[in-house]
Amino acid sequence: MSPDAKPILTVNGLVKRFGGFHALDGLSFHVSSGEILGLVGPNGSGKTTAINVISGLYAPDDGTLTYDGASIGGLASHKLVHRGINRTFQIPKPFLSLTVRQNVEVALAYGRVGVAPPKLSDLLEQYHLAEFADRPAADLNSSQQKMLDLVRALATRPRLLLLDELAAGLNPTELDWIAGHIKALAQSGLAIIVVEHLMGFIEQITDRVIVMNAGKEIFEGTLAVAVKVPQVIEVFLGGEHGA
Amino acid sequence: MPSFVRHLLLIVAPLIAAFAILPGVYDNHLLLFNFVIFLILAQGVNIIYGFTGYLPFGYVGFFGAGAYGFAIMVMHFQTPAPLAVLVAGVVGVLLGLLLTPLLRLSGAYFAIANLAAALAVLHFVANPALESITKGPYGVALNGTFNPTLAYVGAVIILALTLGIVVFLRNSSFGMALQAVREDAVSAAMAGVNVVKMRVIAWLASALVAGLAGGVFAWYVSVFYPDNVFSNDFSIFAIVFALFGGVATIMGPIVGVLILYGVYNLIGFTTPQYFQLIYGVLIMALVLFLPAGLVSLATRRGWNVP
Repeated sequence: MSPDAKPILTVNGLVKRFGGFHALDGLSFHVSSGEILGLVGPNGSGKTTAINVISGLYAPDDGTLTYDGASIGGLASHKLVHRGINRTFQIPKPFLSLTVRQNVEVALAYGRVGVAPPKLSDLLEQYHLAEFADRPAADLNSSQQKMLDLVRALATRPRLLLLDELAAGLNPTELDWIAGHIKALAQSGLAIIVVEHLMGFIEQITDRVIVMNAGKEIFEGTLAVAVKVPQVIEVFLGGEHGA
Repeated sequence: MPSFVRHLLLIVAPLIAAFAILPGVYDNHLLLFNFVIFLILAQGVNIIYGFTGYLPFGYVGFFGAGAYGFAIMVMHFQTPAPLAVLVAGVVGVLLGLLLTPLLRLSGAYFAIANLAAALAVLHFVANPALESITKGPYGVALNGTFNPTLAYVGAVIILALTLGIVVFLRNSSFGMALQAVREDAVSAAMAGVNVVKMRVIAWLASALVAGLAGGVFAWYVSVFYPDNVFSNDFSIFAIVFALFGGVATIMGPIVGVLILYGVYNLIGFTTPQYFQLIYGVLIMALVLFLPAGLVSLATRRGWNVP
């Protein structure tokens, strides 16, 4: 990726409140096509809320979301999907009674228009789901369901992909394998935002990370630098380690 | 052969043909007519419950509204019966539109709200203050249009239309997207599906067929009271038949109606004193052992039931 490329998504001063609680409190960052951006931070720092707002599950209370030159704050999810934004879920959410194949077919049929859809059989093959194609999604184990979430997202031909803890629960072999896939997707031109707790995985795949705390970013740069910044150490490990 | 053609040829065509021929060889035409009505209503429940997961406990509201739509057209505008049946369908759709906010609810809350809505429509229609329009609680008598033979034909046509809708849902990405919405609305939105629009379309299609069924029912019986056409037995029966066979399939509700309504009438004719016992035990056994309906006997073996 080239650092001065025009960002595909710019988040500026994003605020999301739940009652009196500010889950996002002025979050700002950007991500460019071909880039893998890590979103890290302690539990409750607002990472998943950020993903949920960007993917249209929640409307922002303040701030702007600019995607591909247009403001997208508050647009319904399916409209964002048609513009090329998609995501996976921390707890995978497949259509349980539909077959694996049907799960993907829905996304192929209703995804972003004007782009040739990927081949269903290739997608299933790549993510090791081909042998379960005609079984109900309920039969898959949780890491397979995560892959199905990802395949469903890819079937809509996204340009910006949000991965919410895709790696959690995968074994080391699977981690390496999925890391390779995510990197390949970025190389093909997708902008990818990864929310993750596994720092090794973040280090392996991201170009840049945003460290979040209490709903806003406190650091932006590479993970290698982030771990030396006192403020970052403080939010992750507590005050006495920061000095 | 595309699967929708196969479904039309192997399921819909024989069923419609059978109900077209049966009045010539079987004398209890009212029973045949009731079978057709319940086939329509069970498939109507299938459209909304099977494909979107909303359990319409007040489904009869559309049916009754359709019946009264028919009656009002005939009484006050001297509309020809076939046209009045179409109006009945429109009335069903309009009531469906009025009730779209209910789709914001889910599960039991939707079912209860829908039941309440049907009762509200009943009491609205049966209000003595509206006697000049609906005849209030005193019922309507539509002698001018009485023509059971034609009404039966109308019912079979509506059944064909309803089955056509279900065949479409069963074989289209539209129907699959509806099922995706039923399984997980958030994920469906992330598959690019306009969740609200899809639900409303299914809801209105379901309301349409019930409204048409109500209209043709009014045509057939020609004399009825609000309590007849808004009887919640229609909702319950339609739901039980659909569930008994298995929803989100074409065959399930058909099998459900043929078996369960068949048994219902068989017991009614032969051993009416044991009627409620036998029927109750049958339904309990179903809920306990086959909660996904008769078709699950096949689907759990990996067979695809159309």
